[in-house]
Amino acid sequence: MATIEPSQRSPGGEPRAAVLTAAPSPKLEVRGLDVFYRGEKGGETHALQDVTVDVFPREVLALIGPSGCGKSTFLRVLNRMNDTIPGARVAGKVLLEGEDILAKDYDVVTLRRRVGMVFQRPQPFPKSIFDNVAYGLRAHGLADKREITRRVEQALGRAALWDEVKDRLDAAALGLSGGQAQRLCIARALAVEPEVLLLDEPTSAPDPIATAKLEELIAELKADLTIVIVTHSMQQAARVSQRTAFFYMGRLIEVGATKQMFTRPRETRTEDYITGRFG
Amino acid sequence: MRDASLVAATAIASAIVVGMLLVILLDVVRSGASVISGTFLTAAPSGGMQAGGVGPAIFGTAALTILMTVAVVPVGVITAIWLSEYARPDSRLARAVRLAVANLAGVPSIVFGLFGLGFFVQTIGRGLDKAAYGGVATYGKPGLIWAALTLALLTMPVVIVATEEALRAVPRDLRDASLALGATKFQTTFQVVVPQAMGGILTSAILAVSRGAGEVAPILFTGAAYFLVELPTHLNDQFMNLGYHVYVLATQSPDVDKTRPQLYGTVLVLLVLTFLLNVVAVVIRIRTRKALASARA
Repeated sequence: MATIEPSQRSPGGEPRAAVLTAAPSPKLEVRGLDVFYRGEKGGETHALQDVTVDVFPREVLALIGPSGCGKSTFLRVLNRMNDTIPGARVAGKVLLEGEDILAKDYDVVTLRRRVGMVFQRPQPFPKSIFDNVAYGLRAHGLADKREITRRVEQALGRAALWDEVKDRLDAAALGLSGGQAQRLCIARALAVEPEVLLLDEPTSAPDPIATAKLEELIAELKADLTIVIVTHSMQQAARVSQRTAFFYMGRLIEVGATKQMFTRPRETRTEDYITGRFG
Repeated sequence: MRDASLVAATAIASAIVVGMLLVILLDVVRSGASVISGTFLTAAPSGGMQAGGVGPAIFGTAALTILMTVAVVPVGVITAIWLSEYARPDSRLARAVRLAVANLAGVPSIVFGLFGLGFFVQTIGRGLDKAAYGGVATYGKPGLIWAALTLALLTMPVVIVATEEALRAVPRDLRDASLALGATKFQTTFQVVVPQAMGGILTSAILAVSRGAGEVAPILFTGAAYFLVELPTHLNDQFMNLGYHVYVLATQSPDVDKTRPQLYGTVLVLLVLTFLLNVVAVVIRIRTRKALASARA
């Protein structure tokens, strides 16, 4: 948990300007990341080993690999959701625009406002549709009702849910279908206007229409967001991402342009997984 | 073959349980229903307890349980929230609190009664009298407030354990979803977790109430009265109580045989009140379960 020298923040101290140049500075830099979970009988599981990777602004990075390979663990580190798991221990560095988010004094609440997350199973709050989307805004202290209404409507629109719920914003969110609930969770995450969006297998429900809508949405969102998506589906990774990272047994085996990963991967393990020999 | 004998054994065991309940209910209803009337429910006992009704006892029971609920629910729920949401599971303090709750649940109710007399009435009450009433016995005697606080102690474990269970039933994913939006732990707990567990928390409160409404031993020395013409109007007034009235009618009346119809009527009223509270608890539980089920669909 070393502190970060100002010189490390970004070249020239202008992170925003750097984004616009031809070789953008990374949004997220992960350096030598290790994650350990405490086992049930004492002892530790080494869930992630020495992972180093960059995530660039306005790209979609897909994380693939067999179950238990560490891809979801990796995703949860990026907004410190591993803090909620008892006995989880993290070592290494994760820099968000040059600042180490794993530092002890780093404010996780602020971090999670900048790095949003949508989970595998939709978890609507026991509130109305409107209040679900407004939840994050209110939690951050926004009290202006018109501004809240504007941002809730905008977020529902961006998540392609507005047309389906605009006449029943006051209805309980628990009445939504699975696909709608997932888009509600995305709208909820978008309403707080994060810079990075983490998606943990957001389309695991076998609903082809919902999946298509969500993939369209991801394509639109990457115009101004950085997206990291965990997916079990090779086809989905190929459709939505610019770069793909392959995890296997807690290690990052290979990361590269999605096209290259799916046509001529450097590692045989990647090729074996993609062509379905294991996993 | 072994299955058949097991099925038969469980059927017989269940039949005994249900049968006993039915016998008790039938006996009470058969002997008690005839005395139930508007007068019985509102009037005070009269004629050596052989006439009149149980109005003051119903009022006293209601006042007692309401006061007890006001005392036990906030403390119990906040303790449960602390245990479930804030305390580290392996912390010494949390383990000590859990042990205390478990032991509290095992203490015989008459011991609560003696404790209430010694602690609330004689220590706190007399202390209050010395400090604020110039030594005149105002709170330093059995009264509604002390009985309610004693009952609150007795029912505390019910509230804590049931509330903690309701909070633990809230999926971790739901907490994570709130935290991932940049909500604080406090916001997550009180705006997402507690509302989600509200059905269970209400159920626990009602179970505590229905348990407390039927207890007699804890209020024997702390506030219940044998017979009162006037209803309690102050927190330090004594009161009549349905459970205690049953005991009085069964053992203390001038002619036990002649008060028997009154006795059965009182038991019936007490049973119906407790039963109604349990029905409300079950209805709330079912409605919450339905809401949760629709969330998973």
